[in-house]
Amino acid sequence: MALRTPLYDRHVAAGARIVEFGGFDMPLQYSTIREEHIAVRTRCGLFDLSHMGEVRFTGDHALEVVQRLVTNDVARLEVGGALYGVMCNEAGGIVDDVVVYREAGGYMVVINAACRPKDVAWMGDHSGDCTFEDVGDAVALLAVQGPRAVGLVNGLCADEVAELRPFHCIDSMVAGIRASVSRTGYTGEDGFELYVDAADASALWDSLLEAGAGDGLIPCGLGARDTLRLEAGLRLYGQDMDDDTDPYSCALGWTVKLQKGNFIGSAALARLDPKHPPRRFVGIELQGRSIARHGQPVIAGGEPAGEVTSGTYSFTLDHSIATASLDGGVPADAELSVDIRGTVAAAAVVPLPFYRRPKGA
Amino acid sequence: MADLSNYRFTASHEWVRIEGSTATVGISDHAQAQLGDVIFLELPAVGTALKAGAKFGAIESVKAASDLYAPVTGTVAEVNAALTERPELVNSDPYGEGWMLRLDSANADGADLLDDAGYTKLVGA
Repeated sequence: MALRTPLYDRHVAAGARIVEFGGFDMPLQYSTIREEHIAVRTRCGLFDLSHMGEVRFTGDHALEVVQRLVTNDVARLEVGGALYGVMCNEAGGIVDDVVVYREAGGYMVVINAACRPKDVAWMGDHSGDCTFEDVGDAVALLAVQGPRAVGLVNGLCADEVAELRPFHCIDSMVAGIRASVSRTGYTGEDGFELYVDAADASALWDSLLEAGAGDGLIPCGLGARDTLRLEAGLRLYGQDMDDDTDPYSCALGWTVKLQKGNFIGSAALARLDPKHPPRRFVGIELQGRSIARHGQPVIAGGEPAGEVTSGTYSFTLDHSIATASLDGGVPADAELSVDIRGTVAAAAVVPLPFYRRPKGA
Repeated sequence: MADLSNYRFTASHEWVRIEGSTATVGISDHAQAQLGDVIFLELPAVGTALKAGAKFGAIESVKAASDLYAPVTGTVAEVNAALTERPELVNSDPYGEGWMLRLDSANADGADLLDDAGYTKLVGA
């Protein structure tokens, strides 16, 4: 049986369509994916992300251990700072993509639900003398995202968080509930992610929906989360990357800091040419409304050239978008198409992200 | 709740409403709910001859792509043009504004159709 987050009963009561994702019964949608997507782009949406895993590293060697586990430079984080990076295996393949928070007593690493057993085993094998604890069941995660999210959360928060910088986090109270308030997200919009005790999740969920009603806040499911993240050019582990994908091959080379010293996978990554990795990760726009889906073949000049990693219909741009992993030898100016269930659709390479939120919004 | 007494259903989740020699075709409420947000329909041209049980097009939602099958035999007389711009009508009004095809010379010979009660039983709703 699938696991449930502390908010499962809220989702069922709200009439959500429930699907299994990463071992959890999660809300796919409450109304429609389109409506929830547009709410986040124009107003604000509330997500239950409690399926995400959290692992804490504490003790004298916490920095050393986390620094060896992730590609990005954790040493530069001050307390309250966060960064995005990946964990690699010795061959340079991606074990998972993570967000690392520097806490007063160590580090919290946020991992994907589907990777949790694998990650926890991997971290355990490489935790050395450091104390590490899987706190995923005790921690709930709610996200408030969209142009009105900052005003809404700021109004409920005991501290002024409107000026909190991106990828920064403070411990505060939101609607009277102890929460770590993080200026992060996975939608391409401004907003916060709120880490709270699992026991407080339902009370915070209810308070946010009540306080946000005037701002048009609605609960949003994983369907909208996926269409939003893809418009924003953000990767999804398991689709856009896996244990056999190196960070350069999915355009995450910016998270690799070889100069920080040895870490797991650094030797293998140092042998790659960051400018010419084995595979090239690109954004493509398709003619027509038909959706390119994970695993469908990309063709250049009649020859196989790679495959689609993620695809959807962009409700913001009103056309079909996808990301693709191309063989390293495919020329940058090649004319691409995607074989969508036997129908060939012309595809134009476009810069990522597909959508960038308006400045000052 | 729509009055579905004049609707007949296929096991592949299309519906048909036969009036004389004319038939209107769409997909069931159950099917649209399973698919979620419909964003694209591939429908045949006017004049296309369809045979009961044969593939006539495809429907795509954010979640999945699925083939569409003719519930009865007939010739395509009209395609719902509104669906080109507003495919979401299939979600919001599957038995009304979300219709897909009108067929002439329709006949249900050899078609395997269920009434509302039979279809409801099939999908376990």
